[in-house]
Amino acid sequence: MKQIKVLGSGCRNCQTTYELIRQVAAEKGVEISLEKVEEIGRIMGYGVMSTPGVVIDEQVVHSGGVPERRKVEGWLG
Amino acid sequence: MFDALGNLIAYRLLGLSAQGQWGPALQFFIADSVKIFVLLVVVIYVMGLLRALLSPERVRSYVRGRPAWLARLLAIALGAVTPFCSCSSVPLFIGFVEAGIPLGVTFSFLIASPMINEVAVVILAGVLGWRITALYVLAGLVVAYLGGVVMERFRPQRWVEPYVWEIHMGETPLAAGPQGLLERHHFALHEVRQIVGRIWRWVLLGIGVGALFHGLVPEAWVSRYLGDASNPLTVPAAVLLGIPLYSNATGVIPVAEAMLAKGVAVGTTLAFMMSIAALSLPEMLILRRVIRWPALALFAAVLAVAFSLVGWGFNLIT
Repeated sequence: MKQIKVLGSGCRNCQTTYELIRQVAAEKGVEISLEKVEEIGRIMGYGVMSTPGVVIDEQVVHSGGVPERRKVEGWLG
Repeated sequence: MFDALGNLIAYRLLGLSAQGQWGPALQFFIADSVKIFVLLVVVIYVMGLLRALLSPERVRSYVRGRPAWLARLLAIALGAVTPFCSCSSVPLFIGFVEAGIPLGVTFSFLIASPMINEVAVVILAGVLGWRITALYVLAGLVVAYLGGVVMERFRPQRWVEPYVWEIHMGETPLAAGPQGLLERHHFALHEVRQIVGRIWRWVLLGIGVGALFHGLVPEAWVSRYLGDASNPLTVPAAVLLGIPLYSNATGVIPVAEAMLAKGVAVGTTLAFMMSIAALSLPEMLILRRVIRWPALALFAAVLAVAFSLVGWGFNLIT
């Protein structure tokens, strides 16, 4: 099961990203563990300055905005 | 072309009078909405195609370890071309501090970034012409440079929240940008949806305010209170008025357009625009999480003085 984290200090884009990933996973029937990381120290620990960022299995795969749906589908494919 | 469309709808179809108050206001609203949104979509799409994904993370690695003057120039240039949402100010601030980039340089970046961006520049040029655009960009760059230098003099380090110094930033290789034409095309479309989705309210609000100003405020009133460049109080008044008001840099443009058309002096208009785009209460509240109020008050004061100087300067020479 993929461990996915959405990095972001609670702004609207971060919320959108979280929802998008949840929704795509539900549509594809992929089981994931999804977590929101809001604590700034932890976000920066991943080397991400522009939020929202997305981490899959401890690898930063995206940062700096809401990802494209196609991209999210690629991650979960 | 856009004006003709505005004329057609406001005067022909709805039969409003071009001499009345609501006719010109509606004509302005229609012409500007269509013009600005068409420009927005085109500019963001083209930028999305060209963009080599310049992120704050990359800016940080370019700027770190450079001599102060070069670091500052780089930070400003990159701040002007890097899309950056104010919800990223906190991680950005901490990331810069952690990289040992001087605080003054960070402030230069924070000034330049909201005030100048490629989308606002193209729309500004499309609406107000290249001369005003060049003045705005030039003044913005100078203010960002000197504003950071002045902030540095006050040793703002003492106002940084202590926890900021303790954060250690990880080094993760960042994901690559879009490759190939098709992927770039998808990325660009996504950018258009994202950015237009985020700023359309500001832009419409700006056009609405511009339209009301255009239609309802009598020219005589403007030239009496705002058009007189020799009254030195007009400029700081415009700056002060701009501080509580906040809009995206693109949203300010139609307001400035209406002001200039009614004869408000160029310097006064530029100072007002900069104050609205760069100085905002929400941004201050976000930054409050990393620095204390004295530094924020100083930041606002330095910018207010700088914008006033810009306004006076341009009122003198134009």
